[in-house]
Amino acid sequence: MAELGHDATSYAPPREQPEMELPHSHSFWTTYVFSQDAKTIAIQYSVTAISVGLLAMVLSLMIRLQLGFPNNFSLIDPSNYLQYVTMHGMIMVVYLLTALFLGGFGNYFIPLMIGARDMAFPWLNMLSFWFYFVSVLVLMASFFVPGGPTGAGWTLYPPQLISEGTPGIHGGVLVMMISLGIFIAGFTMGGLNYIVTILQYRTRGMTLMRMPLTIWGIFLATMLALLAFPALLVAALMVLLDHLAGTSFFMPAMFSMGEQLPHEGGSPLLFQHLFWFFGHPEVYIVALPAFGVVSDILATHARRNIFGYRMMVWALVAIGGLSFVVWAHHMYVSGMNPYFGFLFATTTLIIAVPTAIKVYNWVLTLWHGNIRLELPMLFAIGFIFTFINGGMSGLFLGNVTVDVPLADTYFVVGHFHMVMAVAPVMTIYAAIYHWYPKITGRMLHEGMGKVHFWVTFLGTYALFYPMHYLGLAGVPRRYFAYGESSPFIGESVETLNAFITVAAIIVAAAQLLFIYNLIRSRKHGKEAGPNPWNATTLEWQTEHTPPTHGNFGKELPVVYRWPYDYSVPGAKYDFIPQNVPPEEVEMADEGAVRT
Amino acid sequence: MAESASPGTPPPGFTGIISDWSSDQTTFKGAGWGKPMMWLFILSDIFIFGVFLLGYMSARLATPDPWPDAGEVFALTMFGVQIPLLLIAIMTFILISSSGTMALAVKYGYERNRKVCGRLILATAALGAVFVGMQAFEWTILIMDGVRPWGNPWGSAQFGATFFLITGFHGTHVTIGVIALLYMYRKVMRGDLDEGRPGAVTGRKGRWEMVEILGLYWHFVDLVWVFIFAFFYLW
Repeated sequence: MAELGHDATSYAPPREQPEMELPHSHSFWTTYVFSQDAKTIAIQYSVTAISVGLLAMVLSLMIRLQLGFPNNFSLIDPSNYLQYVTMHGMIMVVYLLTALFLGGFGNYFIPLMIGARDMAFPWLNMLSFWFYFVSVLVLMASFFVPGGPTGAGWTLYPPQLISEGTPGIHGGVLVMMISLGIFIAGFTMGGLNYIVTILQYRTRGMTLMRMPLTIWGIFLATMLALLAFPALLVAALMVLLDHLAGTSFFMPAMFSMGEQLPHEGGSPLLFQHLFWFFGHPEVYIVALPAFGVVSDILATHARRNIFGYRMMVWALVAIGGLSFVVWAHHMYVSGMNPYFGFLFATTTLIIAVPTAIKVYNWVLTLWHGNIRLELPMLFAIGFIFTFINGGMSGLFLGNVTVDVPLADTYFVVGHFHMVMAVAPVMTIYAAIYHWYPKITGRMLHEGMGKVHFWVTFLGTYALFYPMHYLGLAGVPRRYFAYGESSPFIGESVETLNAFITVAAIIVAAAQLLFIYNLIRSRKHGKEAGPNPWNATTLEWQTEHTPPTHGNFGKELPVVYRWPYDYSVPGAKYDFIPQNVPPEEVEMADEGAVRT
Repeated sequence: MAESASPGTPPPGFTGIISDWSSDQTTFKGAGWGKPMMWLFILSDIFIFGVFLLGYMSARLATPDPWPDAGEVFALTMFGVQIPLLLIAIMTFILISSSGTMALAVKYGYERNRKVCGRLILATAALGAVFVGMQAFEWTILIMDGVRPWGNPWGSAQFGATFFLITGFHGTHVTIGVIALLYMYRKVMRGDLDEGRPGAVTGRKGRWEMVEILGLYWHFVDLVWVFIFAFFYLW
């Protein structure tokens, strides 16, 4: 009889290499603190990232309070405001999203999903977390140095980054650059591990084209990060030297406060190129793992194989490659040769092709699926909506002529918060609701989860959608108050700003509910069992839940099929795990109606 | 897939690459984890040095002041004659030679010739240390000539800034390499790699492959020097 499912074989090649060398822990310190187990490291990464993310959320509320109800709060003055904007952006993009997707999800899922016992080099993996942790501590220290953190905006453009008058130029800039340097060093250690583990430690039968898309997303994002972070590292070093050693990499000859600065001959544009050569791939460092996670969650909860698996993989690869040749679309107003603008607008719009392939395939995965609106599914569908909406406004900003009037307005803020903030965060929630049962053995509370979803989903729309209107009305971003220009800014702007602030406070409250749910369900959640979603991938087939050290008990699983054998016609159950050989698939009874 | 070839007989050429990438378990057959990890690190480091050199080119093109003439700046006066690029020629020769001793060390390592391998590693470390020493000497000369990160007597201030940053970053790589080589020398001579003795820091068992991995790093650092040499001294 024909083999059931797609890409199923009854043969797996023999083992190629000996068992992995696993470090064993002997004490409390090596088990919970300086652990070399990827799962513990993942949780350490995640907890640190979420904690620092909550701080960034508080900062965003401070920004919103000032914008919504100007000058009602004495603790927010213009320099504080700029510092909050800067720290909010930097923490969210680098220290929360990058660290959580790659350090958190990467560490937890790579070994489990490809059938490995741990990362290739666990010690380096541990060091990676501690570097990250120190970089976070150093960043937090910037709140306590004289002058506070830097207020140059998260893009850190010189010359204002290093010029008198910008808040935090005496200590904050240095601390930020040092923190970024440590983060990049730490990330490189982790990143090397993720890639090598995926390439060299897959289990028997696990070919690259049988990996869940989550792993593909993390794999390619890590690759991007390893090639993009060097530009930021170099830029950070040069800024440090400009500041400390009196060099002029980025500083032209200029006057500040009536005095000539001791700099000459540098190029601020060079910084922008370096920053965005990192900054644009960074968008995809966050987005690619999100794409992967969403694909897996959609397939599992729609009980249907992902539509066009191979196309999904190649679309990820194409997006990753293209992300390195679009960076200057962030610089249309920086003063570039118009031909460059044309070139970068073209490459930017070409990215829409693989991205559209992905979106169509997600929607087609749902088509005729047996959709179960469980919590992860709600967030995954929320992601698709948000991502499409955010992507649409990207088409405007990708075109030079449309971008020029919209640059530095709230349209830009609305666009990237939809596509780069809400969309990945939706995925993070989807992933946490989906995998929490595997990580802790208990389900998250359904009711609280639903409230969390609806408030977050509708709330973020209330928050970021009006910003597009503000942008079209010409409201500039990063302004503390509109001062003398107030007469040119309509009354509706003030009303909208107040509305957005109220929405932001409600959304923030919902996130606290989520945190409460996380903590409460750890002890009081419903028992989950090993495979509550009836999923096919390897992490759900472990001997123990949560998985113990070494992940898979005595024998590593052997993979016989791709990860998306859902609702296979003829099979008894609507899922066939990856490690079930074709001859062991339970068949439906003759004449039975498949459910 | 049932009919796929048995392991150990990879098809040749491009077909072999495809079969490796579409196989299960390992993509780089028989390479373990250490070598791919070092290659990947090198790839990432190539981007760091690449960005450094691009930044240097950009700074050199953007600055309004004239760029100092490398032939004069880096000349060494010996016996009353100015010889351009003399010191740097010797430095380059020494560093390239150290690549030779490193390659031999890898060869003798795989032949399990502990003594010769160890001595060659030591020789590589010594050559590397001499290189760093000569670089320090060169920095001293330049500093005495009045070159500073924020300016110099001959022209664009970016000359000193890029020079000290990039050669300093490379010198740091060499220094780290020298320290790693000395550590490896101790491991080789003590027989750690034969016995599979766990490393003091990482706890990983000693393997002869480690010498080759360190060699990859060393050759990379040498190769980077060739580019720095070309861009700073010959342009």
